[in-house]
Amino acid sequence: MRFHMKMNGARIMLECLKKEGVDTVFGYPGGTVINLYDELFNFKEIHHILPRHEQAGTHAADGYARATGKVGVAIATSGPGATNTVTGIATAYMDSTPMVIITGQVPTALIGNDAFQEVDIIGITRPCTKHSFLIRDVKDIALTMKKAFYLARSGRPGPVLVDFPKDVQMAMGEFHYPETVEIRGYKPNLSGHPRQVEKAVAMILDSKRPVMYVGGGAVLGNAAEPLTALARKLSVPVTTTLMGLGAFPENDDLSLGMLGMHGAYCANMAMSNSDLIIAIGARFDDRVTGKLSTFAPHAKIIHIDVDPTSIKKNVRVDLPIVGDVNDVLTKMIKQVDKSDDKLPGFIADLASWNADIADWKEKHPLSYKQSSTVIKPQFVIQKLRELSDDDAIISTDVGQHQMWTAQFFKFNKPRTLLTSGGLGTMGFGLPSAMGAQAAYPDRQVITICGDGGIQMNIQEMATLVQNRLPVKIVILNNNFLGMVRQWQELFFDKRYSSTCMELPINYIKLADAYGAKGFLAKKPGEVEDVIKQGFEEKGPVIMEFMIAREEKVLPMVPAGASLNEMVLNA
Amino acid sequence: MQHTISVIVENDFGVLSRVATLFSGRGFNIESLSVAPTNEDGLSRMTIVTRGDEQVLEQINKQLNKLIDVLKVLDFSDDSAIERELALIKVSAEDDARAEVLRVVDIFRAKIIDVTPKSYTIEATGNPLKIDAILDLLRPLGLKEVVRTGSVAIGRGAKGWNG
Repeated sequence: MRFHMKMNGARIMLECLKKEGVDTVFGYPGGTVINLYDELFNFKEIHHILPRHEQAGTHAADGYARATGKVGVAIATSGPGATNTVTGIATAYMDSTPMVIITGQVPTALIGNDAFQEVDIIGITRPCTKHSFLIRDVKDIALTMKKAFYLARSGRPGPVLVDFPKDVQMAMGEFHYPETVEIRGYKPNLSGHPRQVEKAVAMILDSKRPVMYVGGGAVLGNAAEPLTALARKLSVPVTTTLMGLGAFPENDDLSLGMLGMHGAYCANMAMSNSDLIIAIGARFDDRVTGKLSTFAPHAKIIHIDVDPTSIKKNVRVDLPIVGDVNDVLTKMIKQVDKSDDKLPGFIADLASWNADIADWKEKHPLSYKQSSTVIKPQFVIQKLRELSDDDAIISTDVGQHQMWTAQFFKFNKPRTLLTSGGLGTMGFGLPSAMGAQAAYPDRQVITICGDGGIQMNIQEMATLVQNRLPVKIVILNNNFLGMVRQWQELFFDKRYSSTCMELPINYIKLADAYGAKGFLAKKPGEVEDVIKQGFEEKGPVIMEFMIAREEKVLPMVPAGASLNEMVLNA
Repeated sequence: MQHTISVIVENDFGVLSRVATLFSGRGFNIESLSVAPTNEDGLSRMTIVTRGDEQVLEQINKQLNKLIDVLKVLDFSDDSAIERELALIKVSAEDDARAEVLRVVDIFRAKIIDVTPKSYTIEATGNPLKIDAILDLLRPLGLKEVVRTGSVAIGRGAKGWNG
């Protein structure tokens, strides 16, 4: 029999994290996690980063997970610490980020008594977690953590919350980490059914106007490689959602860019005229489909997704394939290879479809009017692409700057865009960049924000400076909550109700206050210099661009309109 | 369309709440819900009567299956199951009405389980339509209190839910 040393529950928790390969955690101490932090003090294998707010800590763990594909870990104390993580958890849930959130809880004997800093965080987060656990006994810690990590990363990934009462942290126990785990109610179907794969390939080879519609699942499922190979083999054009950007290289001729509300004209026209949509890890979100009743009226739909609930949720599907997207696409490539007698004819027949697409691309490319007097935000994004590293990681907040980034940055690699697509969380940009930079200290990490969102987690400047995380912060400043202002201009007779940020902030002095550098560009001629100066700095930097105040994100499918009813100029 | 769904779940804390949160969060309808432990250790069985078109029912089915604590969802849409409900009914019964109540109880093969000079309390079981029918007949006599368990359902034939 092997000898096992007794240790307290807090230490057992850290040993579990180590077993799961966790090297970095983002957390904030407090009364009910003080024992965990006491053990962390001497636990050298785990690097702990202290954010300035638990919401930011959760977004940082999310950014870490999105950039690496590993499970992000956040820690918060009970009560307000735990409730501060809720926006971060909901953000991760909507975009299926693998995460484990450990919250302190009052001692088990006090649960339910309205104790100091007690909150039912499991109840609060139930609708926005993949699953959650309350650990009641020191003996259960290891198995619970094994399950938590397995659930977070497998199938359709998601955040898992573990509520960890103080007395369980203090109780003594032995540490045995299970090798395997079995959850009888959880058996994700990862392997795509071969018959369905055969049918899918037959449907593709029978189609005349196919288009691949790719979502965040292709990034989460590490399927960029087979996706690119399959699209090129078939010469089928590819459009991605916001979350799918990077899954297929935008510099490829087959790329249509992003589709949907602010998508490219060619992408939306391709969807509207297609006879076969191959949906890959995408979920037919309302921002993508526009008016459902007129969505893709001529198309049959093949839908590949690891989560059966995504299939037939919003649109009818002709051929569902439940499975890991990488597995399914790899099988499809093999199946195409078996049908190589049909392939040349199929590709030859695609010529007229690809010509239509080329026409749409040429007729209405993504564009903007350059100005010599005022900085156009799209120009800043293009310059950032031009001057940044190939493998730079970009994070965004939510709003106009997010859409300009999606339209003009041109993402060629998976996991290089971190953005809150589902929940649309302002304040996500800076902390998620912080998490990505912690994972990759030597890569260029840039967060592109508006002047609204940056202020929602601006306190993380301190975390960047303290931890020497050289995130480059780009602020596109129009002194407006620009996206809402745009809607007010277009649909509410320019009644700018509460969207004007009337107090101008001196971001250069603000950067200085945190011990970082700040640079400001007011004219188009200054854009390049500011970016170069910012990129040359060793530490974190704010690069502020005073942009055209009432520039709009175009084209646009107004809410409730059909995808092919795009407003091109307004 | 009304549907009866049986859900086999882990008998863990919070499971009922997860199912209820799912239904309320996604705007699904619950007409009745009953839960109790089964013969198998650690498992409970819920019977949910819900309403919705085919697409909604497919989503309910899939979303329930997605819950980690749910082992199995049995969808009894097609007369493949036997459904029963139990009701306790307190009804006014004075003078001539007393005999009428007894006749109704007899017709429905129900039982009197409590009696006072002014009332009877009846235990009735049957499929939910039968419970509706006995209530319809007793209503004119004066219903004082009605408790229904909600449906429970079990598949027809020799096989259990897991074979």
